[in-house]
Amino acid sequence: MKHHALTALCPYAFSFILLFSLAPASAQHVPAASIPTADLIQPADLAANLKNASAPKVLILQVGFRKLYEQAHIPDSEYVGAAGEDAGLQLLRNRVAKLPKDTAIVIYCGCCPWSHCPNIAAAYNALHAQRFTQVKVLYIADNFGDNWVNLGYPVAVGR
Amino acid sequence: MILAALCVTTSVLSLASAPSFAGDGTPRMAPDFTRADLKGNSLSLHDYRGKLVLLNFWATWCGPCLTEIPRFAAWQNTYGAAGLRIVGISMDDAPAQVVRAYEKYHLNYPVAMGDADLGRLFGGVLGLPLSYLIDPEGRIIGRYQGEPDLKQLELRIRSLLPRP
Repeated sequence: MKHHALTALCPYAFSFILLFSLAPASAQHVPAASIPTADLIQPADLAANLKNASAPKVLILQVGFRKLYEQAHIPDSEYVGAAGEDAGLQLLRNRVAKLPKDTAIVIYCGCCPWSHCPNIAAAYNALHAQRFTQVKVLYIADNFGDNWVNLGYPVAVGR
Repeated sequence: MILAALCVTTSVLSLASAPSFAGDGTPRMAPDFTRADLKGNSLSLHDYRGKLVLLNFWATWCGPCLTEIPRFAAWQNTYGAAGLRIVGISMDDAPAQVVRAYEKYHLNYPVAMGDADLGRLFGGVLGLPLSYLIDPEGRIIGRYQGEPDLKQLELRIRSLLPRP
């Protein structure tokens, strides 16, 4: 009986395995609201820092989707990968692996409304897990277009 | 110094000034494009002249997008005969997960893969979801960024379709 039940389940088990082997590996969704307010930076403040030539150099990393970055991104920011997926998280870890832990880093996404962003908190947590102490997260309430580009802040295009 | 120079040279770009409306509020024409849909068929926006089009930019990792697309499929069923056409443009990196979503959500309308060029054509797809409502003459008559009120959007669509 048990043998028959197992045999009957086999096609389903195979489908299940196939489905998940084809699916992109996604990191567990972590809500952006979990990021402490003290670690957020507002777009106006970051834009002001960018204009200030004497401000300390900050590493700015985009952890959202590539097609957004190609259309518009913060000048000098680097595209890392969608941190909501395991592959993107690994790229982020690789990018910062050799940096001093007190490196000033700003991460941003802007793919979608803050409460739905699948990337930003995952990236934040990954950097904290690597004990980076100077991480700020750009608070993008709605999307990168409305909360950065349309406000006239500096923008670059392309890869 | 270099950083400051970069800021100056790039700050004047108006990437997200979507081409949806002219300065006087007159709807502009929707930019035409041709892409292959997920089934390999040619998808051109100009082929939809004479129909009311809801052009939806989305992605499989976008939560609000996944809330919308089953509703859009239902609207396609309900209002298709009256002239509504839903067209999906995925901004995912690769089509594999889009094909899976297409099947999972039983989508019944064409979906093509988008890219940065297509995004720029529409003034920048700089956040998802983003939908355009395009009238039968090809004019953009609505732009819906983020999470639209789907009830209101459906009412608007119904109001634009001929009554049975």
